[in-house]
Amino acid sequence: MAILIDPAKRVLVQGITGREGRARTRLMREFGTQVVAGCTPGKGGQDVEGIPVHDHVGDAVEVAGQIDISVVFVPAALVKNAAIEAVEAGVKLLLLVPDRVPLWDAMEIAEVARQHGARFIGPNTLGVLSPGPEGRSAVIGMIGGRAESARQWFNGPVHNRTVGIISRSGGMTSSCGYYLSRRGVGLSTLVHVGGDSVVGLPIPDVAEMFEHDDDTDAIVVFGEIGGSQEERLAELLATGRVTKPVIAYIGGKAAREGTRFSHAGAIIEGGRGRHAGKVEALVAAGATVVPGFGDLPDAVISILGDTVTV
Amino acid sequence: MARLHEHQGKALLREHGVSTPSGEVVASASQAAAAARRIGGPVVLKAQAWITGRASRGGIVFANDADEVESHAEQLFTLTFGNFPVTELLVEQQITIQQEIFVSLSIDDAAQSPVLLLDFEGGSGIEQRAENVHRLPVTAAAGNVDRAAVEALVAQAGIDASLQERVVDAIESVPHLARQIEARSLEINPLVTTTDGRVLAVDCRITIDDYAVFRHSELGIEIARELDHPPTHLERVAYAVEQNDHRGTFYFAQLPTDESESTRGLVGFHGAGGGGSMMSMDALSNAGFMLANFCDTSGNPSAAKVYRAARIILAQPGLVGYFGSGSGVASQEQFHSAYGLAKAFLELKLDIPAVLRLGGNSEERAIEILAAVNEHVSAVVVGFGKDDTPKACAARFAELVEAAKTAWEPRPRSLPEYVGHCDSFAIDAGRVWINVDQCDPEATAILIEYGGGIFRDAGGYPELAVTAEDAASRDSELIACEIECIRAGRPVLFVDLLLEGIDDDSGRPVGAFLEEKGG
Repeated sequence: MAILIDPAKRVLVQGITGREGRARTRLMREFGTQVVAGCTPGKGGQDVEGIPVHDHVGDAVEVAGQIDISVVFVPAALVKNAAIEAVEAGVKLLLLVPDRVPLWDAMEIAEVARQHGARFIGPNTLGVLSPGPEGRSAVIGMIGGRAESARQWFNGPVHNRTVGIISRSGGMTSSCGYYLSRRGVGLSTLVHVGGDSVVGLPIPDVAEMFEHDDDTDAIVVFGEIGGSQEERLAELLATGRVTKPVIAYIGGKAAREGTRFSHAGAIIEGGRGRHAGKVEALVAAGATVVPGFGDLPDAVISILGDTVTV
Repeated sequence: MARLHEHQGKALLREHGVSTPSGEVVASASQAAAAARRIGGPVVLKAQAWITGRASRGGIVFANDADEVESHAEQLFTLTFGNFPVTELLVEQQITIQQEIFVSLSIDDAAQSPVLLLDFEGGSGIEQRAENVHRLPVTAAAGNVDRAAVEALVAQAGIDASLQERVVDAIESVPHLARQIEARSLEINPLVTTTDGRVLAVDCRITIDDYAVFRHSELGIEIARELDHPPTHLERVAYAVEQNDHRGTFYFAQLPTDESESTRGLVGFHGAGGGGSMMSMDALSNAGFMLANFCDTSGNPSAAKVYRAARIILAQPGLVGYFGSGSGVASQEQFHSAYGLAKAFLELKLDIPAVLRLGGNSEERAIEILAAVNEHVSAVVVGFGKDDTPKACAARFAELVEAAKTAWEPRPRSLPEYVGHCDSFAIDAGRVWINVDQCDPEATAILIEYGGGIFRDAGGYPELAVTAEDAASRDSELIACEIECIRAGRPVLFVDLLLEGIDDDSGRPVGAFLEEKGG
């Protein structure tokens, strides 16, 4: 099994007629995702790769029936309206791919989502991918790129024990998956929570999902400086709400306060979100924190034990 | 996190009905004295600087008369905080404070919501007393705080009853203003009541969400970046590139290089993705190098964007090498980036080593494209893939730098001789030149193969298969055509991407040239 995405989920793509929307729809399908409808205002009646396009999410729901997830590929300035439209049409999970979504827009989406009992992943997320053989794998977003690459990268030789991956960096989500998979560690789901400072489904929330996923034996975290996601994960560990082993790497040790290296989320503001504080909190709560990213596979293998055949 | 100066923040507060001490912004000591005379009475001089602990660092000075103002102001204008010289002072009337209140709007990432922090003990040391601070929720859509809750807190704070309503008004204005200007943080420290019965914001710090700056031209923010120095020429050039091309992420910042003498040399750094970039920078630092800059092109950037980033990196003198590295397992097709890099290296006749870790989709093709550059430049250019660690790439880079012992000198592009004398068409921020006379069936076949439908065969010669408008945004395919033609020994196409702020220094007029010679 997996969390968040699997081939049974019915997916809508908002912005399906755009450059990225069109290309990613094809790639998502090739990897096994069930894309049942698309949306672009003014383009209703067209189709993309045989997928019907609607003007509004409400129309898509009416025609296609149940939509489990909407993947949003519209320009950053339009994300707020697109997301709220989907939530108001009854979609309970959104994936907000675009970078540069204004912060107050993200908070407004969160406000509306809370009112409707909906959740969102992102903004600024590469997506979520559940690997597996054909027929059992699915992806939302851009992660993995071509289906054949994703299968090669994430379906390693041996799958006795599996880990779930949670990352604040898009590229490093794939890297974690690849470097673990080629050492024989199975992967349940890879989740890029998004690079922004306010994200809808932060590390601790995803960790709780993995805690309740029968096919996840341990949780691998690529954390970063800034914000409080890693500290809140430590709280879950300390209070026993997450009991599975957590193996983490925290990036940005050398970054100076107030200097941002690309992610809006990876910035230390007012002394909060420092590297040392995150490492201390996680270690005190029982997590394993590796000093170098390259140390991650060995740490995971030693914790999962000898059930992994390398 | 674009920052506003105190005086800018105070002007915004006044527009929202929050009073501030009467004052003026000045840029010279004589202006300061004149302002003090107009304000009358004792004044305070406040250096406009983005630092914490401004008072303890000598940035705030009290003065009793105009003579004192002038001499103190002269002194303040000699100060530099970090890399920022003091260029503006705020001259304000002195006030007599009765009570201080700390008011701060910030973003609670856990609650995914804005939050208003209030502390009626006021003043400094707020971090230490964080537990006593009242936290009030703020709505995201409207920027509202529960007024009754503010009133209740103000009523218990021992504030003069006649001033309480005005204090509540001022506090309520903070989230409203923050919402309107899309602030990441808005802090009044302190808001005060005075002995003469006024309610005033004495200091104000505001940062604006970088991603919202585009819809707030009224704030006059030149570069939406939290740089620790005034923006450099190259940072301005890079910022303009990003504003004009939103395909993928582009970020460029120059780093302090004062102590490069004690290292193995300055490196032009080109990352892809924040997480991978940070790891790669660590690998270079651990190998003994100093980074001249941070740069990130990620999120499926076009070849033109990667090319422009490389050009900007290579506008920095003294580099001992060029190092690029991302996450190692990129979801995007890596050959676009490889073409962009190859184009920059070829045009500039690269003569310092370049190591690029381009792991991810189509990495083999990306590495091959970079390897081909070696036939045309004196530098060694090497590509690596996902199974090569940043550490191993940094080690290889160090070997190449030791062997080369060269330092980069920025230079103008070298252009093919046919540029300006052959067919051409305009594309976004540039022009494509095609030397049709030299096109044979093989060159034409390359253009068709790599052009992604832009070109078609017109009897052994290429012609546009789409409208010029449609071709205008296809820079990735056009750059692929250029590089593949060079690789095949048939250089018939050149994508002329002028970089404003860099290429106009080369003596070649930018716009005029394109207009005159364009076909």
